[in-house]
Amino acid sequence: MTYIKPEFRHPNLPVNEVGFTKKEYEGRISTLCAGCGHDSISAAIVQACYEMSIEPHRVAKLSGIGCSSKTPTYFLSNSHGFNSVHGRMPSVATGANLANRDLIYFGVSGDGDTASIGMGQFVHAIRRNLNMVYIVMNNGCYGLTKGQDSATADKGSMSKKGAPNPFAPIDLVSLALELEASFVAQSFSGDKGQLIPLIKAAMHHPGFSFINVMSPCVTFNNNKGSTKSYDFVRDHASSTSVLDFIPKKEEIKVDYEEGIQVKVAMHDGSYLSLHKLARDWNPLDWVSANEALIKARDRGEILTGLLYINPKSNPLHDTLKSSDKPLNTLKEKDLCPGSKKLEEINSSLR
Amino acid sequence: MTKINDFVVRFANVNGTGSASANLLFAKSIFRMGIPVSPKNIFPSNIQGLPTWYEVRASEKGYLGRREGIDMVICVNPESMAKDIESVRPGGYFLYDSTKPLHQRYYREDINYTGIPLMALSAQYFHDPRQRQLFKNIIYVGALSKLLNIDFEVIEQLLSEQFRNKEKLISLNVQALKLGVEYVEENYSYPLDIRLEKRDLVKDKILIDGNAACGLGAVYGGATVVAWYPITPSTSVAEAFEKYAKKLRVDPETGKNKFAIVQAEDELAAIGMVIGANWNGARSFTATSGPGVSLMNEFLGLAYFAEIPTVLIDVQRGGPSTGMPTRTQQSDILAAAYASHGDTKHVLLIPSTPKECFEMTAQSFDLADRLQTPIILMNDLDLGMNDWMSDPFEWDDERKYDRGKVLSAEDLDKIEKFGRYLDVDDDGITYRTYPGTHPTKGSFFTRGTSKNEYAGYTEDGAAYERNMDRLIKKWETSKNYVPGPELYQEEKKSDEAILFFGTSKYAAEEALDLLAEEGIEIDAIRVKAFPFNQEVADFINSHEKVFVIEQNRDAQMRTLLMLELDAAPSKLISILNYNGMPITADLIKNQVCANLTVKNS
Repeated sequence: MTYIKPEFRHPNLPVNEVGFTKKEYEGRISTLCAGCGHDSISAAIVQACYEMSIEPHRVAKLSGIGCSSKTPTYFLSNSHGFNSVHGRMPSVATGANLANRDLIYFGVSGDGDTASIGMGQFVHAIRRNLNMVYIVMNNGCYGLTKGQDSATADKGSMSKKGAPNPFAPIDLVSLALELEASFVAQSFSGDKGQLIPLIKAAMHHPGFSFINVMSPCVTFNNNKGSTKSYDFVRDHASSTSVLDFIPKKEEIKVDYEEGIQVKVAMHDGSYLSLHKLARDWNPLDWVSANEALIKARDRGEILTGLLYINPKSNPLHDTLKSSDKPLNTLKEKDLCPGSKKLEEINSSLR
Repeated sequence: MTKINDFVVRFANVNGTGSASANLLFAKSIFRMGIPVSPKNIFPSNIQGLPTWYEVRASEKGYLGRREGIDMVICVNPESMAKDIESVRPGGYFLYDSTKPLHQRYYREDINYTGIPLMALSAQYFHDPRQRQLFKNIIYVGALSKLLNIDFEVIEQLLSEQFRNKEKLISLNVQALKLGVEYVEENYSYPLDIRLEKRDLVKDKILIDGNAACGLGAVYGGATVVAWYPITPSTSVAEAFEKYAKKLRVDPETGKNKFAIVQAEDELAAIGMVIGANWNGARSFTATSGPGVSLMNEFLGLAYFAEIPTVLIDVQRGGPSTGMPTRTQQSDILAAAYASHGDTKHVLLIPSTPKECFEMTAQSFDLADRLQTPIILMNDLDLGMNDWMSDPFEWDDERKYDRGKVLSAEDLDKIEKFGRYLDVDDDGITYRTYPGTHPTKGSFFTRGTSKNEYAGYTEDGAAYERNMDRLIKKWETSKNYVPGPELYQEEKKSDEAILFFGTSKYAAEEALDLLAEEGIEIDAIRVKAFPFNQEVADFINSHEKVFVIEQNRDAQMRTLLMLELDAAPSKLISILNYNGMPITADLIKNQVCANLTVKNS
């Protein structure tokens, strides 16, 4: 199903602070199945970037292989994209980020791409606290090869053909939290109201921002008995909070009720405002976030929202003490020590 | 017969006992006496307790390759003693630690025994057990200085440079040296009939290993992002880059690094990072060995097909599989040339000297940017991990980095429609943009899938073919950029020739002299790059018989010549060495002679 997207643009479309219409954040027409959760996530990314007035060319979008990894074609056409090889997006993103620390990096992956073939690179990107947004479009199956179970499929979850999955799932959220990823969130493709502010917050967080998005596969894993179907996720999602992202220009005027509202200051002066729905959990406390996640799992709930954030984490560039000026802008005079130094080196080798 | 400045001395040590610095002191003393010297580490894949050897060849004639026939063995390792005694040539010398008497079974009638009570002497003067161990090594260097006639002042000078401002260490070392000197003076006649005499043959040459030269070349070549995974024998490339970058690339005002080094989780991630960084406009490289190249195959195919500059330094070791991790070979030629599935081929640069390691590494960044493809530097363990006497490094301060065809925001404003894979200049090389260049123009989608001229995904067979054909056009273009071969004669003087590359250079050049002594004058060529350019093709076409010298079992370079130049298999005669030890001149000479003699008789 491929057709040409109309070029027509309404002359009076509103523009954001940097002068772009929302259309300029869109991508090509999606070739995913109608009703695919992934398309909703693409739309959420478009909305978040537009509302945050990010110049589209200041974003680089990277992916691996699979249905989810095709989506960077469907958002931000004015951004450079890189569809790399299966499971290896994190390493390409690491190199790209090291080359230019000034861009925003969107990594899009799937449950096969991250939880199986790319597990090694995923956990090491977390370990280095690479400054990027890492979105997993999680549907518990391999869509592009027609519906095999993935490593995130729940034990007992029924496939379209009626076979229960015999293996325990890898829970990417628990894993990311265990590794102390500095921003861990979970959401549902059908809940834009939650997803958009999460994406905004993730883009502002100066470290590894992980968002696991339950994104049902309408074609191969939306049947009765599947724990990754629209109905199942909708019935079992339990939101931890209502999140708002507040740009630095807007002052926070509301007084917050202690224990319900949490205000998290971001490095650039902006704020996250969390309206907590669960009292016994603190997203700034790692132990508490773990506890909440384990309890929810025990209750059979899918905990959604921003589950953990460490606003003071040290991103990779700080750890490496790399220059503030992007490395890809350095020229001969910055990089080449010259012949005089070389002669000194020669002398030391005689 | 006395032999001046012409011997091979082999040290047999236990690894992890501090012998390396004593042995280097010995080799460097010869170098400082103005005599050409080539030391080689023959080491185990182990940290402590296994036999390790260090072979030093001194050569008045300047031969730096390995030579058969060991003139003297210094044995401080009982474990390998039987084998070490076997290795001494008849009439040669065996120096051993005589603290305990040598067992009768170790005596050979045709060699000379020089016993020095190394442990006893060391124990007598040093009390700390670690010091006893370390200075035992220095004592034999002292003994050798008398036996082989090393200038004592040179050794003292080297020690004072090594332990600058650490007077106590210097005097302890000198004391240990003197123990060896005095023991020889009191017990043996010296110097031996193999000995050294000061010369002025070294000139301005430097002594450095190829890996360090690669690391330095990457600093000069403008590399900023280095991703790597530890593997013998390539580890010291990344370590050298780090050492030099910390010295030369830290902003004095901010203290910040004008480079970033990541020790990756594996080789796959290492090359992935390199590709990501180069895609984003930084110069980036990784270094690995054969097993790493195998792992990087998928990504090399991506870099080839998506046309992303990539620099990979392959320090080859003995394969296949884990193979011989601490022995040398040239056995990754085909694996590198055609790395990855589908129709792929890659540019290879093949250095022979540390100076070439430096230059070719720096050049590989220009080539990668110009050709937008992986450039693989085919180093090997022998060149990479051993110290070599080399011409000094040179750098032209006027030199500018060639960043290739990259469009700026201004360029983009001038063109109507940007086509990432549009062959505007008809040389197969297309224009690229870095991410973040322009708000509305020049963005494109990089992918490993088939694409049209505008980087759009396509399954159209005609568009796919156009792209694949353009890549071949680019391949042809690359022949104008890669270094040509070194020819050893201005005009053809023989129908027979030898062809070699990489570290076979040293043995091959010596073999040419040995053959000339036998009255056989043949032509020679050293290949420095793949794809082969016209000069290589012409050379093969104009000779009736070409001996292809290489250090692998399957004659991989010969295969490459047959495949890429249509060279007739019958005229390409293989001379192969693949036991993990560097090839020798004798081996080459004998095989050439045998072949030519059969023909003549």
